[in-house]
Amino acid sequence: MSATARLIDELGAACEVRSAASSDAVDGVAPELVACPRSTDETAAVLRAAHRLGLRVVARGAGTKLSWGAPPSDVDLVIDTSRMDAVVAHAAGDLVVTVQAGLPLAVLQHALAPHGQRLSLDPVVAGTTLGGAIATASSGPLRYRYGSVRDLLIGITVVRADGTVTKSGGTVVKNVAGYDLGKLYTGSLGTLGVVTEAVFRCHPLPESTRWVTVNAPDPRRAAAAVATVRGSQNDPVALEVDRLAPGEPVSIGVALEGVAAGIDARCDEVARLLGEATGSRPAVAAAPPDWWGRLPHDPVTGPGATLSHEPAALAAILAEAPGAVRGSAGAGVLAVGLDPARVGADLDALRALAGRHGGSAVLRCTAPGVKEGLDVWGPVPAITLMRRVKDEFDPEHRLAPGRFVGGI
Amino acid sequence: MTAAPAVDVDVLAAEFTALLGADSVITDRQRLRTYECDGLTHHRVVPAIVVLPETAEQVAAVVRGCAAAQVPFVARGSGTGLSGGAQPHAEGVLIVTSRMRRILEIDPANERAVVEPGVFNLDVTKAASPQGWYFAPDPSSQQVCSVGGNVAENSGGAHCLKYGFTINHVLGVEVVTPDGELVWLGGTTRDTPGYDLLGAFIGSEGTLGITTKVVVRLLRTPESVRCLLAGFPGVDEAGTAVSSIIADGVTPAAIEMMDALAIEAAEAAVACGYPEGAGAVLIVELDGPAAEVEQTFAAAERHCTDAGAFEIRVARDDAQRALFWKGRKSAFAAVGRISPDYIVQDGVIPRSALPQVLRKIADLSSGTEIRVANVFHAGDGNLHPLVLFDDAVPGQAEQAEEVSGAILDLCIEQGGSITGEHGVGVDKSRYMSRMFTDDDLDTMQRLRCAFDPAGICNPGKVFPTPRLCGEVPGKHKGPHPLQQAGVAEQF
Ligand SMILES: Cc1cc2nc3c(=O)[nH]c(=O)nc-3n(C[C@H](O)[C@H](O)[C@H](O)COP(=O)(O)OP(=O)(O)OC[C@H]3O[C@@H](n4cnc5c(N)ncnc54)[C@H](O)[C@@H]3O)c2cc1C
Repeated sequence: MSATARLIDELGAACEVRSAASSDAVDGVAPELVACPRSTDETAAVLRAAHRLGLRVVARGAGTKLSWGAPPSDVDLVIDTSRMDAVVAHAAGDLVVTVQAGLPLAVLQHALAPHGQRLSLDPVVAGTTLGGAIATASSGPLRYRYGSVRDLLIGITVVRADGTVTKSGGTVVKNVAGYDLGKLYTGSLGTLGVVTEAVFRCHPLPESTRWVTVNAPDPRRAAAAVATVRGSQNDPVALEVDRLAPGEPVSIGVALEGVAAGIDARCDEVARLLGEATGSRPAVAAAPPDWWGRLPHDPVTGPGATLSHEPAALAAILAEAPGAVRGSAGAGVLAVGLDPARVGADLDALRALAGRHGGSAVLRCTAPGVKEGLDVWGPVPAITLMRRVKDEFDPEHRLAPGRFVGGI
Repeated sequence: MTAAPAVDVDVLAAEFTALLGADSVITDRQRLRTYECDGLTHHRVVPAIVVLPETAEQVAAVVRGCAAAQVPFVARGSGTGLSGGAQPHAEGVLIVTSRMRRILEIDPANERAVVEPGVFNLDVTKAASPQGWYFAPDPSSQQVCSVGGNVAENSGGAHCLKYGFTINHVLGVEVVTPDGELVWLGGTTRDTPGYDLLGAFIGSEGTLGITTKVVVRLLRTPESVRCLLAGFPGVDEAGTAVSSIIADGVTPAAIEMMDALAIEAAEAAVACGYPEGAGAVLIVELDGPAAEVEQTFAAAERHCTDAGAFEIRVARDDAQRALFWKGRKSAFAAVGRISPDYIVQDGVIPRSALPQVLRKIADLSSGTEIRVANVFHAGDGNLHPLVLFDDAVPGQAEQAEEVSGAILDLCIEQGGSITGEHGVGVDKSRYMSRMFTDDDLDTMQRLRCAFDPAGICNPGKVFPTPRLCGEVPGKHKGPHPLQQAGVAEQF
């Protein structure tokens, strides 16, 4: 019996397991096997077996963001969560929904819509599962008003590296019992455990939504326009900018949600503010501009970076950042599409710029191999504590080794 | 493991005096007693030493001293906590932040303020409001509770229904770790690379370190705030109104409910003049752009009427709005007017279970001497039953404890939580294993071990049994287990 066949045999008692294909590579690193558990119990069983065998494990949802973060140093087993794709419970009257990790966000929205509800989270990449959204902490324009994944997540089930099933949080929106480990898992790229279930708070679907857009001729006026909207009392849910290349004009988009009877007056007011600040004529529409909520680079091969900055630094960021810049000027978190020919230099420039404005720049995704020799994360405060957290949760460093900050 | 060796108090106090100056170190028994409890007054422990540092560096130096001597320490803000989180350790050091009350920066252009941990919650809003901004978390204790305490408890308030809790409004904290190092978790922007240690730290009840600076988010003051007070025949009708408002897609800034007994207490204490004969009142507040609020407020009013409100008052101005809130905000203290002793309970249920849970709460106390007044954040199902008793009557205190505990069981049964905002502290650690498995609690304590392997930072809180933090294992060494299993050649 071949070694792979023996492993399939060992793990196959837990759940369906197959040998990996070339398309199962994680950011260029090939695994040996793929396991497809259907439940938390099966995930636990397969992780217990992997623990016994010392396998290095990477969890995968739809596989849309495996090129995000650093490539793993090694992978033996991919745990594919896509069979765990159920809405477990929707307590409509309580605005709470429980899902399995492999459920695609779009499918969830579809299930919630008939109840007049939604999860206030944008799909940054089409196909995104909720487990993947948690692991990558990915969020889009709505973040400005509703926060990011961590702000919507109220409970979580995670299987630890040794196969132990653990929960934190709960199924009610307000709850401070125990440590809120959901926060810790959000954005951890699967390095602390495998997420199998999550509980989210929902929001009512707005009766109407409008986008007010305008073109600002230069960074200074763009930043002024964004600042007046921030300082106004119109309560936009999203405040986005889009600049294709340095020196290009800046598109600004403001999304408003609310009752139909009030929305026109609010749009007029936002349009007036944008017009005054930019000297251009704003437009109001019932649909978003075509660039809305989309990354300014290929979502898999990039090359793309995430830039966070202090809100008041927007003019400087728009004037000085290399590449294509798009994202939430409201939240101060932008995506940057870099020039494939000069990823390292652009990243350095971005990092220096972010550093001057209290922020950070992280290389999000590139084609395989490009990250080699580059510092994906930049300076990480509290890295010592983070290493200690990793050592506590995954002492043998078998979960997504090398994918995260400081080689975690 | 909790370290509690016999402390040579004099040696440690001398060390702290050299660091901080004599007037910042208290060892006199009489003066120490000022700090023996927080808002959970029936738990009292006199600390060995109290220190009153003025800077983050001083806090770090004190913690290093504690770490070197393996002496436990506890942080204390204003001591308004209701779960005994700031209860001192008898052989330990209490680090009080009352001399760290500077507002370091109010920066509307960056939508933030930077404050020291002892700053009173309301003072942040007071400092920012002239420029049109405010700090959203608004616990009823906001005039005196500290921002450091808010961070530790992840405090909410009446308006967290729409705006969220402290966790949603903090960008970064400067922290002294239990080994005495100053580190930043988070920062001045929304995203920082690495694990969200900030998110995990907020709400950790002072068990992961001491907060020495807080970067809070400021929100723009809403254009319009409208508030109504509605009187209902009973809690069922009021509960129906809440459900219809939410089902209509309206997210009020706040919906608060009080039942007849709570109203009686509030009337006795502050003469709030609530609708006469009401079996329940609702305070419904909406805020936002005027064009939006005008519509949603009308809808809320309609839902109250449809559900059976017999009187609806709409606040004409801020003064009248404050009057509506006065009864609600004073409710905890007010029950002191109608009962010599009381327990403030804090539990959460799914909002839709409200009517049945209230009936069960009534059943629990019927046939006993114990009465229960109900005050709650109705929008998110956060109950604050006030369990009234008379300590002078033998057996009543125990009976009250029993009713109070049974209410928590009800919350757990309904899939809720044993605490929505007051924290676990010493008060509820014994209930934690009803909500979480041993594995859940063990996993949470792994986080604690990462921060505080020696177990000296606010020990004995939150968890029913401490977890031994072993030696941190290194990465895998020696032959790969696959080689041992004979299947590794392929890898
Ligand atoms: C009348 C009344 C009404 C209340 N209403 C509400 C309410 O509406 N919502 C709500 O959420 N709470 C409420 N509370 C509870 C309490 O006010 C909050 O928990 C508050 O945040 C505690 O702040 P504090 O400064 O008093 O903290 P303390 O009581 O001094 O300490 C609380 C906890 O925080 C820790 N801590 C304090 N400072 C620090 C620091 N710098 N670093 C690390 N840990 C620290 C302590 O160790 C302790 O565990 C109320 C209390 C009262 C008495």
